[in-house]
Amino acid sequence: MEGAPLLKVERLNKHFGGVQAISGVSFELKRGEFLGVIGPNGSGKTTLVNLITGFVKPNSGKVTYGGKNITGKMPYTIAGLGISRTFQMVRLFYNLPAYKNLIIPLCSQRVKKLRGGKYGEKDDAAIDLLDDLGFERDSFVPYKMAGSLPHGYLKRLDLARAMVLRPDVLILDELFSGMSMSEVASTLPMIEKFNEEGLTIVMIEHRLKELFRVVDRVMVLNFGQKIAEGTPQEVMQNEEVKRAYLGVDIEIS
Amino acid sequence: MEEAYRKKRLDRGIKARADTIFAVASSKEMFYLLLPRALPVVGLLVLAIVLDGYRAKVLVYACMYGLLALSWDFMASCGLFSLGQSLFFGVGAYLAGAMNHYLHWPPLVTLPLASLFGGLTCAALLSTVVRLRGVYFAMVTLMLPILIMKGIETTGILGGSHGIASLSPFPNDTFATYLAVIGFLFCLFAFRRIIHSDYGLVLMAIKDDDRAVMSGGINIYWRKTQALFISGAVGAFAGAMMTHHYQFLGMSAFALDYSILPVAAVALGGQGSFAGAALVSLILVPLSEALRALGGLRIAIYCFILIGSLIVLPEGIFHYLARKYHQFERTVEVK
Repeated sequence: MEGAPLLKVERLNKHFGGVQAISGVSFELKRGEFLGVIGPNGSGKTTLVNLITGFVKPNSGKVTYGGKNITGKMPYTIAGLGISRTFQMVRLFYNLPAYKNLIIPLCSQRVKKLRGGKYGEKDDAAIDLLDDLGFERDSFVPYKMAGSLPHGYLKRLDLARAMVLRPDVLILDELFSGMSMSEVASTLPMIEKFNEEGLTIVMIEHRLKELFRVVDRVMVLNFGQKIAEGTPQEVMQNEEVKRAYLGVDIEIS
Repeated sequence: MEEAYRKKRLDRGIKARADTIFAVASSKEMFYLLLPRALPVVGLLVLAIVLDGYRAKVLVYACMYGLLALSWDFMASCGLFSLGQSLFFGVGAYLAGAMNHYLHWPPLVTLPLASLFGGLTCAALLSTVVRLRGVYFAMVTLMLPILIMKGIETTGILGGSHGIASLSPFPNDTFATYLAVIGFLFCLFAFRRIIHSDYGLVLMAIKDDDRAVMSGGINIYWRKTQALFISGAVGAFAGAMMTHHYQFLGMSAFALDYSILPVAAVALGGQGSFAGAALVSLILVPLSEALRALGGLRIAIYCFILIGSLIVLPEGIFHYLARKYHQFERTVEVK
């Protein structure tokens, strides 16, 4: 399979009424790759994630995953095939203990299949995973109500929820937004470790410094179009990218 | 300075369940836990012996409405708000009635079969609209029983508007009363158990945030269809039971009463606990019968009580009682 793209997005288009959210975006992702997606607010990053994961149906274009056309499939089908995502605004169940949030994906067909037809002990699996992600079991953090946890933990809980499915592709939608410096510093190595273990990651992020440290390749979106793609250094030299990030065409004399 | 007071609530200090370990320290604590569970079981079983004739019929009636309220509450747990429990009731009644009338099968055969196939029929019918949410789903459930009723009326199948009389009864009335009570209690405790299992957790999560559940790789529409089957089977059991008890099958099985009263029972009892729905059905049905003597005023007084209790106890009677049972309340000075 080396060489063939794991995820292939071809000329994806989506408009909401008169707003062209995504127009003609194409890119490829190889297995084990770490792709960063950046762009100013409203450039279509989250819409792109929604299009790939099936939460929004494209007007035209094609998404292929592992040679299979997954365009317009239901979100649970796509998640079941191995594309997991986190949400920019975390979607958790605040009135449940943290570990119970992971029981829901642990009840999915994918987990059953990965475990050889048995669900096994779900609570233990959930708590083990949370412990790995820095929810200290010894101080009973996994047992605390999700609603009582600080924001950084909630973001990591959302990450854990995505990781429970043992995905092949993980899409992180602004995981670090709202996290403190120390939380970012402790979470980033976890993401890097996932990637080293072979997980393919797409990371949408506004914190460019942290992003550029870990990614292999960066794609830049602006007004729903791909304006640049390449290594972090190449992308930041690009005039159009600079213009997009500075806003308008201003002449600096 | 003016003194201010506020109410302070304290949990009764008993932690009986720590996830997997049950640890009860004294017989007093055991009694404390057992009482709210044993009381309805013993109460209903005793009532089933003590009551006879008309009163026993009212008890059966209350249990049937209770089953419909439980099935409504179960659907609502996964976000399916129905205005058509009479669909389940009617489908169960017609299946049992038809099997008894045309195939001459005895009630003990038709009852389980009507429950099973009633559940399947209802799940199949409603699975087509399971993607609709909230009021749109409710509209369809409101219309389906009317549609079927009009279909039976105009085509004249299954007895048409006259219905089918003289179906076989249960062996005796005591048997019927016990069957209704045990079915009702079984359903109450089974639903409470299901909703606290991982399966129930997923159902309730669908109601809270279906997109989060979908991103967990769970086919929410299939889960909702399963919930419809369970609810439908319970409603159909109630319908089949009633048909044999009254030995009559008619279009009234699809009547609006069977849709509205369960919703009222859940609204008054408190949604999500099942106990509330069950408790209020056992109050509302006898109350409605008792008011019968007042003639035309009956409905007015009935409505007045419903509206009054919704205003006074918006959290639901059961949640209120549970709070009183599990917490101390005292007034403390605000410093």
